Formats: sequence, structure tokens, C-alpha cells
Amino acid sequence: MDFGLTDDQRDIKRTARDLLGERSRPERVRELAEAGRTDESLWRELSHLGWPGIAVSEEYGGQGLGCIELAILCEELGRALAAVPFLPTAMAAGVIELAGSPQQCERWLPGLARGEVTGALAAAEDGAAAELVIGGGEADVIVIVHEDQTARVLTPAEYELGATASIDPTRSAPSISASLDAGEDLAGDAAAGVDRALVAISSELVGVCDRALEMTVSYVKERRQFGVPVGSFQAVSHRCAQMLLETEKARSTTAFGAWAADADPERLPEAAAMAKAAASDAGREVTASAIQAHGGIGFTWEADVHWLYKRAQIDAVLLGGASRQRARLAEILAERPARMGAPQLQ
Amino acid sequence: MDLTFSEQETAFRDELRDWLADNPPEPQPTDGGEPARLAWRRDWQRRLYEGGWAAPHWPVEYGGRGATPTESAIYFEEIGRARVPTAANMLGVLLGGPTLMAWGTPEQKERYLAPILSGEEIWCQGFSEPDAGSDLAALKTRAVKSDGQWVVTGQKVWTSGAQHSKWCMLVARTDSEAEKHKGLTYFLMDMEQDAVQVRPLRQITGESEFNELFIEEATIPDANVVGGVGNGWKVALTTLMNERAGLGFALQIRLRQLLDDLIGIAAERGLLDDPLYADALAELHVRCESIRLLAWKGLTDVERYGQPGPEGSLVKWLWSDTNQRLTQLAVDIVGPEAMTSGTSWSYELLRARGNTIEGGTTEVLKNIVAERVLGLPRLKVAA
Repeated sequence: MDFGLTDDQRDIKRTARDLLGERSRPERVRELAEAGRTDESLWRELSHLGWPGIAVSEEYGGQGLGCIELAILCEELGRALAAVPFLPTAMAAGVIELAGSPQQCERWLPGLARGEVTGALAAAEDGAAAELVIGGGEADVIVIVHEDQTARVLTPAEYELGATASIDPTRSAPSISASLDAGEDLAGDAAAGVDRALVAISSELVGVCDRALEMTVSYVKERRQFGVPVGSFQAVSHRCAQMLLETEKARSTTAFGAWAADADPERLPEAAAMAKAAASDAGREVTASAIQAHGGIGFTWEADVHWLYKRAQIDAVLLGGASRQRARLAEILAERPARMGAPQLQ
Repeated sequence: MDLTFSEQETAFRDELRDWLADNPPEPQPTDGGEPARLAWRRDWQRRLYEGGWAAPHWPVEYGGRGATPTESAIYFEEIGRARVPTAANMLGVLLGGPTLMAWGTPEQKERYLAPILSGEEIWCQGFSEPDAGSDLAALKTRAVKSDGQWVVTGQKVWTSGAQHSKWCMLVARTDSEAEKHKGLTYFLMDMEQDAVQVRPLRQITGESEFNELFIEEATIPDANVVGGVGNGWKVALTTLMNERAGLGFALQIRLRQLLDDLIGIAAERGLLDDPLYADALAELHVRCESIRLLAWKGLTDVERYGQPGPEGSLVKWLWSDTNQRLTQLAVDIVGPEAMTSGTSWSYELLRARGNTIEGGTTEVLKNIVAERVLGLPRLKVAA
């Protein structure tokens, strides 16, 4: 039993943290958000480093690493609020790799892995329409998943883009609509790919929470009222402790999800639903708390806390929010015999 | 990251499971009251001892198995899973033994460790006082040296099992001039003396797990000082660190069992189809599993860095809060039975209120998290 990262995984994390600390500074994110643009030079750099293909198998031009490595990158990109289409591209690639035929994989994965092609993952709500398709504005390919877990691949000529402006301008989130027979069916079941995508979104949320907590702790240590740092008041410090608790709940369940995706696929549906339920709630609560603990400053545009709140709001509902994940969990619980406290990890 | 047990760990678990299956405890006595229950728990401790399972986390030289932190966690999970009684000398095994191993003299280890393990001598913990709860170092019980022995006067409270105990881990003030944390000394006090009076405290469940101790010129030989005069705070911290370490794994399994029971009842009554109950139960499931994951994650830190981090406070906080939510939800799912005196659900409901107070109140845990994990400044309070 070991929750630690391997040396290689720690290297990936450190490299990502350092690089994004340089390239995706708050002022850069704000500038891009205000212009409503993605960071094309950063995307080129990350693509050159092979990030988009981190979890794509080597056979299709990726690095062939696992969901844990993918989760590490998602968390760091979330922390830095990087304005790149990494998450949607990785999610689309994940579904194609698990549900696509060899020909479909051959057609799409090498480009997605190199970042030359960007993707998006859409959850169909009404026929072949979907809302809040993150990265959908720029995507070269959109995988749309239906409720029965079948999926289709759509190219830009095969769908219409709706409104693209969400509250989070660091990436596009348009609605799309297509006719039911547009595009091409993926050969297999998309469920496992969608569950891996849930873990990826949860990881991004963990990064967002981590950053929100870090900014808040550093602010309440500095900000003085009544002659003392406001962080010494328990009304404030206990709020911060609560933020940590929520973040760690999300982090531990997400780590379990990432591990299960590679090592124990049978438990992935439950693990992914737990991760997304915990991370969606944590994302909303922790970023809201960050604004509150910053006081009036937190409500200003310049304080940059709001970008985290906005990112969390979108991520929290992607592919089903906390309530929907809990409804799924209740179904899983109803179907399994009571374990009577048998160890859950194996 | 590898969330599976190694071959050695699985073998350890299977051996223990087999032993527990082959050596079930006697059924809980239905009459005879507290003395009968104690005899039953003593009997269980003796069986564990004879089977070599009383304290696998103790080093082999003291009668344990030298279990790794992971094996030790497996032990507590399995003990929780098997729904066996709490061994009569739990506090001696979990707290007293490890404290003596860290601070005791060779003579003290030789004299005390074996009877702890067998349950022959039961231990209790005399730390809290009426005016020293969360602020433990404010304790006032005094020990004065006179004719080569210590004479102790004061009052202790929340002392579990005091009425059955032979030895009390007692922290007392030996230097009233010294700074609050520095004038304390850790003693082993013989409970079998008239100068120590035990009065049970009746708790909201109606039972008495805890006691008040009234100490009026009790005597303690100098040889029963643990860790040196004036060093009591550090020794007490060793005891408290051990309090959070092992038991957590048994408690989270107990929580899991209660939740599985409740899900079973909800399923029988068709309430899993009700979105409100389904949502509440699924949320408890997420919390329950994250407690388990966080507990195991904390263990990775112990194995990698040799020390449990203060993150253990998160586990205790989340566990106690979740147990309260669970038992409250049970009232809605189970119905009036959960409010009927004498039923197990009504007991769980009432007992759970103590969870956020005992072993560190949630408020104190939040302070620990804020100060020691997040590094927030401490609010200056009167010393």
C-alpha cells in the first residue's frame, strides 16, 4: 500500500509546476482571459514536450503513460489556470483510444497526441446537441457521448457551434448541435473513457482548489486588521482548515480514481463517480471560500481569485455534477451486496 | 502509487482473519451488568494474548510481532471488521506500552509491559481535569516530593476504565514556578489506594465509560516517574500521538459497517429509489471512503518519513463529523426505532455526539490544521 508518486511521476510534477509557474503567470492568464484567446505559444511548447499524448499509447504516437501521469498534468494545469486545450484534447483522445476501432485510433490519435489536432468531449443531452463543450470552439474533432455510452466522432463541418462565451474566458465552452447521423460511430463502449475523463476533470479541480487555498493562506497571513493578521482569527483560520479538508477529500478520491483507471478497472465507475462528486463540491466551496476570505479585494477583477471560481464552476458540472455522480453511486451501492466493512481498496 | 497489499501484507491479513474466525469471542453477556462485560472483555484480551495477537505492532522483544505500520493498520481494520469486543486493556496496549517503550527505564519496561499485554493489569489515562480540557497544560493536580516519594493531590476527569484499572498514566504539576508546559511530570500511579476515589460520570447514553478521579495525598514511588521530572509534557505528547495512530483504522471500519447496515435498511424499505435518501447515502459513502483513503495516505507518510503528519487531524475531524451525519440520517431512515431507548441506532445517535469532543475537539483540530499544516499565525491568548 503506497500513496506516494514514483520518482518519474514526481519529476513530471516538478517540471510541470516549474514550467507553468513561468509561462502561465496570473498576469498572463488575465491578459488572455480579457482577450478571450487561448495561449497558442504555450500549447505549441507543451505539444513539443509531448504533454497531450502523455496517456496515449506509444503505438499511436503517445508516451504510453497512465492515468496517474495524466492526472498530475491536469492538476498542475488547473493550478496555473493555463489557457490551453489540454483537458478537452486528452479527454477526447482517451475516449477514442478506449472505444475506437484500430482504424479510428490510427486516424485521430497521432495528431491528438502531438497536439497538432485539438479535441473536445461533449455529453449529448438532447439527441446530438450538447452544451458547455470546453475547447469546442477551437476543436478539430469532437467526440460526442450519448446517454447509452455510445459515442460518435464529429468534425467541424458536421456540427454547428452555438454561443461560446462562458463565465470562464480562459477557454471556450460553446454549445454544439449536429444531426443524429452526423459523423462516425466509435466502435466500442465509451463508458471507461468517460470515467477516465471524470478523473481528469477532478484532477484539474484539485489543482484549482490547491491554488485557491494557497492564495488564501498567503493573503490572510499578510492582511492585518485590529492590529493582527486576519488569519489569526479562528473565523478565518477555521475557514481555511475547512478548505484544506475539502481539498484533501477531493485529492484522495481523485488519486484513487486515477489509480483504479489503470490498476483496477472494475472499480473505476465507482472511483470516478466518487472523485467527481468530491471534487465538484470541493471546487465550488473552496473557491467561494477563497473569495470570502480575501474580503472586498476578493470581489475585484484584479485579485485574480475569481478566475479560479469561474473555472471551478464550469468543471463542477462537466460530464455531470456532484448530484448526478451521487445518483450513480447510489445505483452502484444498491446493486452490490453489503460488504460489511470488508476492505474497499482491494 | 500502489493501493494493493503486498504478498507479505496479504499473508498477515489472512493469518489474522483465519485466527479470528477460529477463535471467536464469547457472546456479549446479557446480564451481570458492567462487571460481566468487563470479565468478557478481559477474557477476550487473554485470548488475543495467548494467540499472539494482543499487540502485533509492539516489537518482538516485548511480546509483539514487530508489525510494520501497514500491518498494524491491517490489524486494526480486521479487528474492527470482525466486530469483536474492545480488549479490556486497550489503553494500556495502545498508549501506555508505547509511551514506556519510548521513555521508560529498563526496569519499568521489564516490570510493566508484560502485564499490559496479557490484560492482567489494566491501565487508564489521567490527563484531563475540570479546568484543563483542550488546554491540557493548564492542569493543576500537584505532586510534591516528600521522603523519597511523591504525594499527589488533585482531580482528573474523563478517565475511561478507571474503576477497573491498576495503573494510571498521570500528568501532574511538580514545579509551580516553571513555565506552564515545563513544570509537569508523568507518573504511573497505583489506583489501588484509598487516597484515589473513582466516581463514574453518567453520560448522555445513560452508561458510564468515563470517571472522575479525586486524588487526596496519593503516594507514588520515585521509581514511577516516566521520562524524568519536568519532562511530562513531552511524554504526554507521545501518549497522545499514539492515541490517533492505531484506533483510527478500527473506527473507520466501524463507520463503514454502520453505513453498510444503513444502506441495507434503506434498500429493504425502497428508500434507495428516493433521490433525497440516495443522495445523502451516496455522500456518506464518498466521505467514508475518503476517510479510509486519507488514513492510508497518512500511513504512507509514516512509512516514508517515520512520523505521522498532523494531517491525521483531518481524518479524526472527518470521521467524527461523518459518524454524526450518518447516525442522524439513520433516524430518518430507520424511523422511531432509532429514537427508542435501548435500541442500537438510538445508542449510536447519542454516542456519536461525543465523537467531536473526545480525543481532541473539532475546534482544536481545526486550530491544529490551521497552525501546523497551513502555517497560519496563532491567535495570542492569555498564557
